[in-house]
Amino acid sequence: MAATQEEIVAGLAEIVNEIAGIPVEDVQLDKSFTDDLDVDSLSMVEVVVAAEERFDVKIPDDDVKDLKTVGDATNYILKNQD
Amino acid sequence: MSPTNRTVVVTGIGATTPLGGDAASTWEGLIAGKSGVKPLEQDWAAEQAVRIAAQIAVEPTEVIPRPQARKLDRSAQFALIAAQEAWKDAGFEAKAGDDVSVDPDRLGAVIASGIGGVTTLLDQYDVLKEKGVRRVSPHTVPMLMPNSPSANVGLLVGARAGVHTPVSACASGAEAIGYAIEMIRTGRADVVVAGGTEAAIHPLPIAAFGNMMAMSKNNDDPQGASRPYDTGRDGFVLGEGAGVVVLESAEHAAERGARVYAEAVGQGISADAHDIVQPEPEGRGIAHALRNLLDRTDLDPAEIVHVNAHATSTPAGDVAELKALRHVFGDDTDHMAVSATKSMTGHLLGGAGGVETVATVLALYHRVAPPTINVENLDPEAEANADIVRGEARKLPVEGRIAALNDSFGFGGHNVVLAFRTV
Repeated sequence: MAATQEEIVAGLAEIVNEIAGIPVEDVQLDKSFTDDLDVDSLSMVEVVVAAEERFDVKIPDDDVKDLKTVGDATNYILKNQD
Repeated sequence: MSPTNRTVVVTGIGATTPLGGDAASTWEGLIAGKSGVKPLEQDWAAEQAVRIAAQIAVEPTEVIPRPQARKLDRSAQFALIAAQEAWKDAGFEAKAGDDVSVDPDRLGAVIASGIGGVTTLLDQYDVLKEKGVRRVSPHTVPMLMPNSPSANVGLLVGARAGVHTPVSACASGAEAIGYAIEMIRTGRADVVVAGGTEAAIHPLPIAAFGNMMAMSKNNDDPQGASRPYDTGRDGFVLGEGAGVVVLESAEHAAERGARVYAEAVGQGISADAHDIVQPEPEGRGIAHALRNLLDRTDLDPAEIVHVNAHATSTPAGDVAELKALRHVFGDDTDHMAVSATKSMTGHLLGGAGGVETVATVLALYHRVAPPTINVENLDPEAEANADIVRGEARKLPVEGRIAALNDSFGFGGHNVVLAFRTV
């Protein structure tokens, strides 16, 4: 079953917490991974791989650069999940 | 004094070792004659011939926040902990530039490792095989590269004069400190953070060293397994950790009123050109390094009262080193208290030169030589050539200028001798 927006944000929050140590409550739709959440470019790859597994979605490397905020990633997953 | 022959001093020390999470607790353990060797209790250890190691006293993840730690190989974690301690110990409040007493363009970092990020490499290969290409960590390369500890320490302190990583197996840490001394002596830098680190307690290195017959298989007596100079010695015990010092030109240290632990007099370097792993049995290469040290510095053998020996607890190596000391120093060897601290810390490979430099500098500073533990039956060849500090720590002369050596030798025939002196 496809995940809801709320479930995706909660899932991304757990992933970002694991990788960057940011409190889950700080991971919100308008937050930038790089500027607000301390996720550098290499760590972003880890976030993407973890999200792919969790939400059963493929995020090609070329699309990763467009995922600047948590909202961008959430919308991408909503649209592309199986 | 000419600008290319400047006096270098030690102004900061840091360590994380099998004996303690900092330099003070490590020193306390050394002086107390404590062994840091423990049984390996990991699942993989059961099938190994060697099931003991000198494992770190304080896990680095207890010190470094998890998000940072997961991007660092264990060897870099050790190096950062030791470097942070040494940096603060030297009296620096922040990274160079933010702390205006050190110019980043005149600050270097030289941290060595013998094997580098071997656990990262092997763990990520397991991930590749078990979980596939996509799951291999994007941090793998900056974690496993051998210059990762030096680069991360360079970032920590803001070093821009140069960041280097000499690799010479078990001499690496000492070579790093020698390189740093030269950077300052010749005017390339005013301050250099230098040392060695190693984190190789993993089934593959243990199996490999074990199959070389290089390691002690005394699994029934972990604390008695590392026994340099004892007739029953049967190989080294692998250790892990890091030792780092802050080196500084005497002038720079004086200008900012820094505490000085000791003068870093200089180094003697040579190569055996004998065998890829076997030491030259008469210690000729080591003697050559000792003579180079005397030729290139104003060190007087009469003032050397202590030697922190390389002595790893192998049958051939321990005695070759003592023969070299006797050959070069003659009767002056009689007033040198020789200590093998690997009897307590195990052998930290590329970290050894760092940790043992910390021990050597503190031995001068406190004027006491740590003991060699586990010497029950002193090898007659050791006894004939040198005065081994056995069992308990020994006081060094309380007055006058005294000097000490720290020897490190590595597979490949690398010989590095560092000399330090009270100020």
